[in-house]
Amino acid sequence: MSRILAIAEQRDGALKRISQEVVTAARQVADGIGGEVDVVVVGAAGIGAAAKALGNYGADRVLAVEHEALGAYSPESYTKAIADQVQAGDYFAVLFPATAVGRDLAPRVAARLDVPLASEATALEIEGEELVIRRPVYAGKAFVDLTLDAAPRIVSVRANIFRAHESPREATVETVAAEPQPSKARVREVHAGAGDKPDVAEATVVVAGGRGLKDPENWKILEDLADALGDGVALGASRAVVDAGWRPHAEQVGQTGKVVSPQLYFAVALSGAIQHLAGMRTATTIVAVNKDPDAPIFKVADYGIVGDAFEVIPRLADEIRNARG
Amino acid sequence: MNTVVCIKRVPDSEARIKVAPDGQSIDPTGLKFIVSPYDEFAVEAALRLKEQSGGGETVALTLGDAAAGEQVRSVLAMGADRAIRLDGEGSPDGLSVARALASELRELGPDLILFGMKAMDDDQQQVGPMVAELLGLPCVTVVAELEAEDGKVLCHREIEGGTEVVELELPAVVTVTKGPYEPRYPSLKGIMAAKKKPLEEKPAEVPASRIKVRRYSEPPARPEGKIVGEGPDAVPELVRLLRDEAKVL
Repeated sequence: MSRILAIAEQRDGALKRISQEVVTAARQVADGIGGEVDVVVVGAAGIGAAAKALGNYGADRVLAVEHEALGAYSPESYTKAIADQVQAGDYFAVLFPATAVGRDLAPRVAARLDVPLASEATALEIEGEELVIRRPVYAGKAFVDLTLDAAPRIVSVRANIFRAHESPREATVETVAAEPQPSKARVREVHAGAGDKPDVAEATVVVAGGRGLKDPENWKILEDLADALGDGVALGASRAVVDAGWRPHAEQVGQTGKVVSPQLYFAVALSGAIQHLAGMRTATTIVAVNKDPDAPIFKVADYGIVGDAFEVIPRLADEIRNARG
Repeated sequence: MNTVVCIKRVPDSEARIKVAPDGQSIDPTGLKFIVSPYDEFAVEAALRLKEQSGGGETVALTLGDAAAGEQVRSVLAMGADRAIRLDGEGSPDGLSVARALASELRELGPDLILFGMKAMDDDQQQVGPMVAELLGLPCVTVVAELEAEDGKVLCHREIEGGTEVVELELPAVVTVTKGPYEPRYPSLKGIMAAKKKPLEEKPAEVPASRIKVRRYSEPPARPEGKIVGEGPDAVPELVRLLRDEAKVL
């Protein structure tokens, strides 16, 4: 029983970036036990061919559950498709991405197979013959190291923690027949939002603002900074501005919002309440801009500028545009 | 519509979390406890659905020791009709908790089962969908707003790049996030009424945890940062540091 299963995620037929991270994590565990990495991807026809590229990150075999009715996530169909593959495979561990879909799917698969689930892992280590999982609790105010007394060990891994690492090999691709399941939940309407910014929990760069910005209109300076930083930058917000109705809750970072670990986090005109700090302190590089030199945010920031955001941020956007050429 | 809202007692979000000296638990000394905030959103959603559909019963269900009675009373004061406390310790294993809740929910047989989308202590975000799976019910997660529509509920939820409305046949499980409505504060009248509302207590049947805790630890301290300077004149140096030292540009 030395195989690891990584669950890949696709959207509109393209693999999501976090799939590379899940395979990277699976490769690391497999190398620790001398095992191999399988990938399961569920989607419309052709998704297996797209997932072959996960060989670059250490996948040995891709199992593609393909069906025209499975292009979009359906809890019932995806739970069955993945639970069937897990049961067929005698796996040591199964790794899910801790995304919106993964958080819906992993608990169902675990319950169906009657095994526990460790959510949102930030470290995986093989000690002896056991997999030791580290995960944050209280939104990162503490961590717990745990093991799972079950087989397979089901774990979801947090975005941006297991940075994609190349370990190239030629992955084989096998297509598996799917049986779409009926659902008692039906999407009736979809409303496109204002932008197509990535989820703040999955973005590699986050620009977050607080009450010091004084008015929701002033978010345009953060949007401009986000544009200057390039594609895939998400906006974040403090609890205070979400409670004030300035920004949607989906952007809230902290214990009552999302916990994020981007490579670069800008905290603009937000003081850094303890529950906000809990949600972003695992970012690789933190930049704080605040008028108050005593703001708690400066205690976790790698780089700080004491000053007025309305003067500093537009200048920062200009300089970053120049630096990026 | 008969609704059961599952709630959990958790430390306040402003709490400083300290690990006990033996690393086996969180030190509860001095912690203030509250109803997990997402569970409060779920209670508010349940009360609004009841008001909208003009009938039915709202039941609060919790798994916890006697101290959790305080949180149950506060949900009764918000307007729940009655409450059930499964007396026992919680478990780090969400599937054990889900099994304990599911056996009670199977007996209650409500139209709708609501959870907060995650508990603000373990942050596992798993018990709601696990209960749905154990009971063979459909489930929609991270729902901001609910509307009743004969035999169904409409779930408004955020998705990447927009929002969607999901039509869900009852009975069903829904997990709730912050929506357009603030949870109501219990009125004095509500608090007085809560004292007379039924609170049933029965032993919890929680299967042994298969999540084995090795130890808790506090997060590693971040290295000392630096103040680059004051005002916009410090920006060029900041950009240089981000590019050459942190290598993130």
